Amino acid sequence: MAVILDRRTLLAGAGASAALPFLGAPAHAADPLKVGFIYVGPVGDFGYTHAHDVARKKTQDFYADKIKTNYVENVPEGPDAERVLRQLAQEGNALIFATSFGFMNATAKVAKALPKVYFEHATGYMRGPNLATYNARFYEGRAVIGTIAGMMSKTGVGGYVASFPIPEVVMGINCFTLAARKVNPKFQTKVLWLSTWYDPAKEADAAKALADQGADIITQHTDSPAPLQVCEQKGLYGFGQASDMSSIAPKAHLTAIVDNWAPYYIGRVKAVMDGTWKTGDTWWGLKQDTVQIAPYNAAMPDNVKKAADDVKNGIIAGTLHPVTGPVTDNKGTQRLKDGEKANDEMLEKMDWYVEGVQS
Amino acid sequence: MRIRLEPRKAPSRLALYGAPIMAIALTMLAGMVLFTLMGFRGGAAVFEIFIEPLLEPQRWPDIAVKASPLVMIATGLAIGFRANVWNIGAEGQYIVGAVAGTGVALATYEIESAWILPLMLLASLLGGAVWAAIPAILRVRLKVSEILTSLMLTYVALQLLYYLVRGPWRDPEGYNFPQTRMFSEAQTVPNLLEGTQLHWGVPLTFLVVLITWFVMSRTLLGYQVKVVGLAPMAARLGGFSENRTVLMTMLVSGALAGLAGMIECSATFGQLTPQFPVNYGFTAIIVAFLGRLHPVGVLIGGLALATSYIGADIAQTASALPQAATGLIQAMMLFFLLGVDIFVINRIRIAPCVPRLAS
Amino acid sequence: MNFDIAISIVMTLVVAATPILLAGLGELIAEKSGVLNLGVEGMMLVGAVAGFIAASLTGFTPFGYAVAALAGICASLLFGVLALTLGSNQVATGLALTIFGTGLSSLAGAGFVGTTITRLPALFPPTLAGHPLLRLVFGYDVIVYLSIALTFAATWFLNHTRLGLILRSVGESDASAHAIGYPVTTIRYGAVAFGGALAGLAGAYYSLAVTPMWADRITAGRGWIALALVVFSSWRPWRLLLGAYIFGAVMTLELYSKAAGFALLPPEMLAMLPYLATVAALAVIAMRPSRGRLDAPRCLGKPFRAGA
Repeated sequence: MAVILDRRTLLAGAGASAALPFLGAPAHAADPLKVGFIYVGPVGDFGYTHAHDVARKKTQDFYADKIKTNYVENVPEGPDAERVLRQLAQEGNALIFATSFGFMNATAKVAKALPKVYFEHATGYMRGPNLATYNARFYEGRAVIGTIAGMMSKTGVGGYVASFPIPEVVMGINCFTLAARKVNPKFQTKVLWLSTWYDPAKEADAAKALADQGADIITQHTDSPAPLQVCEQKGLYGFGQASDMSSIAPKAHLTAIVDNWAPYYIGRVKAVMDGTWKTGDTWWGLKQDTVQIAPYNAAMPDNVKKAADDVKNGIIAGTLHPVTGPVTDNKGTQRLKDGEKANDEMLEKMDWYVEGVQS
Repeated sequence: MRIRLEPRKAPSRLALYGAPIMAIALTMLAGMVLFTLMGFRGGAAVFEIFIEPLLEPQRWPDIAVKASPLVMIATGLAIGFRANVWNIGAEGQYIVGAVAGTGVALATYEIESAWILPLMLLASLLGGAVWAAIPAILRVRLKVSEILTSLMLTYVALQLLYYLVRGPWRDPEGYNFPQTRMFSEAQTVPNLLEGTQLHWGVPLTFLVVLITWFVMSRTLLGYQVKVVGLAPMAARLGGFSENRTVLMTMLVSGALAGLAGMIECSATFGQLTPQFPVNYGFTAIIVAFLGRLHPVGVLIGGLALATSYIGADIAQTASALPQAATGLIQAMMLFFLLGVDIFVINRIRIAPCVPRLAS
Repeated sequence: MNFDIAISIVMTLVVAATPILLAGLGELIAEKSGVLNLGVEGMMLVGAVAGFIAASLTGFTPFGYAVAALAGICASLLFGVLALTLGSNQVATGLALTIFGTGLSSLAGAGFVGTTITRLPALFPPTLAGHPLLRLVFGYDVIVYLSIALTFAATWFLNHTRLGLILRSVGESDASAHAIGYPVTTIRYGAVAFGGALAGLAGAYYSLAVTPMWADRITAGRGWIALALVVFSSWRPWRLLLGAYIFGAVMTLELYSKAAGFALLPPEMLAMLPYLATVAALAVIAMRPSRGRLDAPRCLGKPFRAGA
């Protein structure tokens, strides 16, 4: 019986708050603010979705019982996302984070239909009065690991296990290569496109193929730690993706670009609580701690650590931009003049590769 | 004393209709125990999965939208299964249907005409039928098992979809994201109810179920299909061609799967993306069995399974039940149904243990 | 292309082919007995997660493989009870098993994400396993040799043992096998359990050797490729081995050629190949005027009921 009573009260609550978007009635003051998240992968992917969920937990811990977060994982990008977004809104979530690019159309549609609920869409470009977008400047992290790769590589060849040639991935490859070539002008990046975000065995074989063709340091823009494991086995170096993955490959793992969405999530929740939430596009990076560099491996010599820190601190201080001219693409066309910095628009539409990239 | 099963002379009507209900009841019970053992609120979670969506009118359109493709595909499959034709490649036919329809949509880009949508739907019927025709012809001409070929062709269709959306059909203004342009209004199956996902594909599915029911139970054609399935020898004597039946049921099931694919693609996605296939073609096999291969049963089975999908999302937010549990629940439902099925064609006999000769 | 890379390519393809060969061999035996178990992918995932958990908790990788095989058997018996004892539809039961295995493995493995275990070492001593040339033959772990030995054993079993003959006759005509007095259902149970054990091992090869970790859906659909290759091989173990190695070679060469800067074919076309080849192979087999004794088992996928 307890279960049923429990359900009744819950149902009543759901019904009442479901009306919220239409009536605009404020939630009871004592009620915790409900914040919803939808994820494209499982929270146990140890990669992209995992990082979002870690941030969700941090946000929950930060506000303790003032908010109630909940999530739906493994949501297919498409109509299911639209349904789940609506469901989250109807369940009384006042702020909803849609954490994958593929949720864009669904989020835009639902945000339009439910103007009283605040939506936040990661990595997209559609905005509205109640739909903000946010992203992280992961490419800044790529510049740090590129610097490390340039200095640590003996062969001067880096391997890059990549998913799809979308701007997000392309800018990462370019920043990695530009930074590496700054410390080793002969550095080459071999990119291997897998046409998948996730296939551990294939990612591992790709890392092997890159290693066999001279790459002695391997990074990735796919989701599983498989390439790192190949590095560990072959005595090469690699970098973690999205999370600190040193537990998987303690020797090979030099550092990782860690996605830390928590500062953004905490800030946006506060904005809703204070009634100051405004739409917009937020693109935070190393400076705001949204992109973090995991602790360095002890195998890294001090001068490499220092060089990496210099890049990191330069970006944070604003004295260094990872894409600063002269930049020539790998077909020989000059893209940026001496001293010219890539603006955000250029980065967001990037579909060319800098000199030194073999793809 | 020994317990043994004895074939019934005629299937028990009570068991026939009672079995699916019993299967769902057993699934709920097993789910409750399993989730409790895993440390979740088992009773509440099962309530959320199976009952709560039915109690909330807001969820009804969601259930209808989710059930629609499943029911449409399963209706077609069930016709074939009745005739002992095992098309398990509906997922592939669903994809090819959507691909064919999208082909029309992309060819009529920037044309406004009332003819576009019917043309897209026609193309999808043809596309699905053509994809099903390959295993059908191989079976009729060469006696190759349609189970294996239709399954294999599903993966071919999937790669075809990937190839098209990553290559020739990629949206030229889509920043290299692997997806097609958005469909125009003339290319979209219209919405039925503002503020929900309910679209005209839902009543169309209902119509398909009605027509199938009529054909299967009230016409010679339906009788032929059933006779070929139950008693191939008698069918031959009665002048019913097995080959023609195989060909016809395969083409019909393929066409319906293709149509379901196009409707889903146009009404809810609004474009073709690599995330489009979500195993509806395989899930529909479960639906066909849950529905006892009867059109009305399929309708109920589809609604039941759709409810469990919607409910699983509720259970994720309300009870923090992982999404993977949905798969377990659905598999258990089918396991239990297949298990209790034995009592439809058999009855339990408790007989004294006397040695007997081999029967 | 230098010599070292050539050896590397071969070694990579052997490792890539091994789990597919293992899963395929198990399914081949099951299919020869007339049972079509489409739950290979599900059994592989169950084996992969059980093997990883066992190896992780005990720190002893061989134990992981043993538990994986056992878990595969358990999963296959679930199929067996429904499809063999209760006579349920094999296609539906197999698909349900795959859905079940995917969900179960994800739930069971959740606590083990982000950890790793030690791989099995190469079977032979480092002088052989690490030799620049001889590693081509001696550089693998025991599972690779086991998969080849099992290919031998399966061929011998099917063609030269009495039990193998009985198994095949059960798959060819369950009614006549039953009439002669063979225990059709028992034999099929054995075949299905063997298939489960090998699928479990195959899954564990991913989580314990290829990428020693647990992650959701780690097998990424390789079970379906194994199913395809069984048919492609027209139910002959040696052809299955060849098929698995060809498949491994195509996938490996694709990556190596792309890393070297040229592409063989669009990746989607390559990914289609095993399935297209299987459909083509089925058609070709069927077109031959006389069907060999080792072709598709006639009772494949059909339920058997004594006395029916």
